[in-house]
Amino acid sequence: MSGDHSGPQASLAAQVRHLESLLEQRGLLDAESLDRDLAAYLTRASPDNGARVVARAWLDNGFRDRLLADANAALPELGLSMGGGLQEQRLKVVANSGQEHNVIVCTLCSCYPIALLGPSPTWYKSEAYRSRVVRDPRAVLSEFGYDLPSEVTIHVWDASAESRYMVLPARPGGTDDLDEQSLAALVTRNGLIGVAPV
Amino acid sequence: MTEPIAPVFAPGDLVRTRLADPPHHTRLPRYARGAVGTIVEMHGRYPLPDNRARRVPAEPEPVYTVRFAAKDLFGEGSHMVTVDLWHSYLQPAQPGAASKEPS
Repeated sequence: MSGDHSGPQASLAAQVRHLESLLEQRGLLDAESLDRDLAAYLTRASPDNGARVVARAWLDNGFRDRLLADANAALPELGLSMGGGLQEQRLKVVANSGQEHNVIVCTLCSCYPIALLGPSPTWYKSEAYRSRVVRDPRAVLSEFGYDLPSEVTIHVWDASAESRYMVLPARPGGTDDLDEQSLAALVTRNGLIGVAPV
Repeated sequence: MTEPIAPVFAPGDLVRTRLADPPHHTRLPRYARGAVGTIVEMHGRYPLPDNRARRVPAEPEPVYTVRFAAKDLFGEGSHMVTVDLWHSYLQPAQPGAASKEPS
């Protein structure tokens, strides 16, 4: 376990500000365009993106297969990508079923698919979640109000390297009549992390 | 430019993670040290963070997704934990090897 990443990272933030001002002084960086790029990235980065991906996968088995096989190649079909940062990040989508449930964590820091889920919730970065969900996920999910049947095997995915993970929840029953947009509206951020049912 | 490290492990191979607790940055989580798991897939090649953090030259090397039974990590639990690990953190393990070395 490294330190708690939920608080303000004062030292890192100071280094970033210092670097930014040096780059500005040398004319290598335009503060306004940086702000614009950041705002544009954060505007695009939303759990609505992940929800759209899930709804399409529920409706289109071909897309679902492509998504699970190579998510980065499938995302452009919806006009989405894992780019926006310094480099495109690898995405792995893991599917829930009646027998298997997936839940995502980054035990070492707070790695998270921001492009598809938006900025991560504070609890995701807390030491309590990061240390406990790998050891006793059933108890942690229960604290989220999500009690899984005992026969369901839980898979915890620790994003400890360069891949990011997103959960593909199982399609709820009674949704046969819903269109893609209505299905997407059922998907929550916590469902995409794996700590809530959809 | 040296030849990239070939992917040595294939899906299904058993591996044991290194036990050492290095005095520098690493991305081998403590809970997953000295444990036996199964290779799920190779997911790319990236420079070893242990070396990058120390500004030691680091050639990209294979990074694998490795699945562990919770029981083999914590001595209890019925779930599975999947961790992404650099080649340098892994060594081959034999079937039937003790699930975790005493630490």
